Amino acid sequence: MKSHFELTIQPRKGWQPIDFQEVYLYRELLAFLVWRDIKIRYRQTVLGGLWALLQPLIAMIVFTFIFHRLAGMESDGAPYPLFAFSGVAAWNFFSTSVSQSSNSLISNQQLVSKVYFPRFFIPLGAIGAFLMDLVLSLGLLAILMIYYRWPLTWTILELPIFILGAFFASAGVGLALSAVNVSYRDVKYAVPFMLQMGIFATPVIYPMRYLPAKWQVVAGLNPMAGIVVGFRHALLGSPASWSLMGLSLTVSVLLFVGGLFIFRRMETVFADVI
Amino acid sequence: MAPMIEVRNLSKEYRIGHEQNRDETLREVVTRKLKSPFRSSAEKGAEEGFHHFWALNDVSFNVAEGEVVGIVGGNGAGKSTLLKVLARITDPTRGSVKIRGRMASLLEVGTGFHPELTGRENIFLNGATLGMRRAEITANFDEIVAFAEVEQFIDTPVKRYSSGMYVRLAFAVAAHLKPEILVVDEVLAVGDVAFQKKCLGKMSEVSRGGRTVLFVSHNMAAVENLCTRGVLLSKGKLMFDGTSRDAIQHYLGINAAKVGAFEHVIEFENNSRRKSPLGEMLVKAELFTDGDQPLHDGIPLGGRLKIKVHFDLLRPTDSFNIGIGFNNNYGQRVFTANSCFEPDRSPEMKSGRQVFVCDIPSLTLVPGEYTTFLWLDISNTKADSIEDAIPIVITESDYYGTGKVGWRGAFVLPQRWHLESPEAVEVSESPG
Repeated sequence: MKSHFELTIQPRKGWQPIDFQEVYLYRELLAFLVWRDIKIRYRQTVLGGLWALLQPLIAMIVFTFIFHRLAGMESDGAPYPLFAFSGVAAWNFFSTSVSQSSNSLISNQQLVSKVYFPRFFIPLGAIGAFLMDLVLSLGLLAILMIYYRWPLTWTILELPIFILGAFFASAGVGLALSAVNVSYRDVKYAVPFMLQMGIFATPVIYPMRYLPAKWQVVAGLNPMAGIVVGFRHALLGSPASWSLMGLSLTVSVLLFVGGLFIFRRMETVFADVI
Repeated sequence: MAPMIEVRNLSKEYRIGHEQNRDETLREVVTRKLKSPFRSSAEKGAEEGFHHFWALNDVSFNVAEGEVVGIVGGNGAGKSTLLKVLARITDPTRGSVKIRGRMASLLEVGTGFHPELTGRENIFLNGATLGMRRAEITANFDEIVAFAEVEQFIDTPVKRYSSGMYVRLAFAVAAHLKPEILVVDEVLAVGDVAFQKKCLGKMSEVSRGGRTVLFVSHNMAAVENLCTRGVLLSKGKLMFDGTSRDAIQHYLGINAAKVGAFEHVIEFENNSRRKSPLGEMLVKAELFTDGDQPLHDGIPLGGRLKIKVHFDLLRPTDSFNIGIGFNNNYGQRVFTANSCFEPDRSPEMKSGRQVFVCDIPSLTLVPGEYTTFLWLDISNTKADSIEDAIPIVITESDYYGTGKVGWRGAFVLPQRWHLESPEAVEVSESPG
């Protein structure tokens, strides 16, 4: 039964390539980690998975009341509640993914110090579970769209691109921050604050056209700016600039690749430092 | 054939700062990088006087297919670091390891167990964490549950389990791993006695199955029983590589040397704990073990102890005896040897220097440290006596040949067990 596995363990220094063969070998574990996070997320709660729907729903109601009714903010075409809900759904995915994944190595210390598997499965697994929440909340959006009689258009076919973009952006940030968090717990305090501020730097409650014209493309350097716009474009058929969305999607991919390599570079000391 | 595991000049360095577990803060790193962007943190460590510590220092050995190697050594010897490097949890600082075959490592039972998940869910999660395929887990599922004896609670969250059940379930998953190479840390020291026994049984099944196993344990009896080979580490260095029995003996030798009281000749001159109403007569004791080897360390349970007591008879007498009382750590007398118990002893007039040899072919006191009360009787009165005269250490051994050590009580005795048919019992019990 002797297999032909051969493995050499030796000191690693500097940038590390991604070992795709190993990722394939452990693929089931990644699925298990996502499954675990989904399973335990709402254990011992009365409302369970409903929380995934209540959060954006309540945010939508509050935002609509404060920003639309009180402050008189307008959407970019679609009814403001749909506008707010689609923005919140995308932003919430990013924000919860980043905050969970940046803490994931710390909260899975036992796994890091006792067993081997590709380390980046931990922050990625944490994000995977939120993809399900995102899909659930998009389901609720569909119901809201029926209620508001807002039509779906062919642009819906673009949605996977933007979901993938949101995943890349949050994974890139989450991977890098989780690795830094192992040595410097400053991350734990900085991230919630950054995310709180981030919602204002992203067109979640206001439409892009409120920004000065010269910023409308540069804003895409914030990956979530173009992705939130993209979500609305795909879901609600809202107007969108491809240069903004293209820039954001490119930044997302760069963030992901960069985060992955930063993570791989730093992971050699995780077990010793954590 | 190429060895399954090839460890070459393996070294692992840890840097210990002034404050434990404290690394630089982000601010310090940023300032350092700004000041001198091209210096590595290693250089910085040397400069700022970090304490360098080699947990493993140039260790090399090979493990062939089917070998079961026990790794022994005291705390801080580098055993766990070695396993962590082999398990790929931490990188070595120097050297390399080649591993040929599918390897699973078990540094802890129940890694990845989540308290909120049920037993069933945790079996899958833990199995996957240890590198099992989903299909493999499904195929072994019933067996795992039966082994853990948790059938009724399989759909209960494990946070409601008793600690015994938890550990049994965790070990059951691990026990069904079927890699070609298994690396196991001290995981047997868990659970109740009956379950430990089952684990040992499973472990020896594994080793008989031709699998290559690397096993770390403090349970010397288990190492002796399971392992064909022993590797002794001390302060990060490989000190001995040979049969498991010899490695254990070396290890106990190191331990004994640490105690520092293991001269095989003990002089009694100027001993403060002596009472000599009739003058000092006890001179010294010499200790030997099997094959008249001078005893420098512990005696394995059931081993031979030979004590030669040198004493002076100041006046001619034919009524003299040497007594040796063994006291355990709690100060209880557990055993007394006395020359007056010798059936072949006939009184003879003697005077001057005498050597009385006490030979105990099999000392079956339970492992531990003992002190002895040594005395000389002349005409049935204690003429000279010394408390704590000779320190004795009994170490674990595989006395019963089962890998189990008798720890409870004061000593072990040979014993046989067999099952009798219940009918025979009933007949003898019924009065008729």
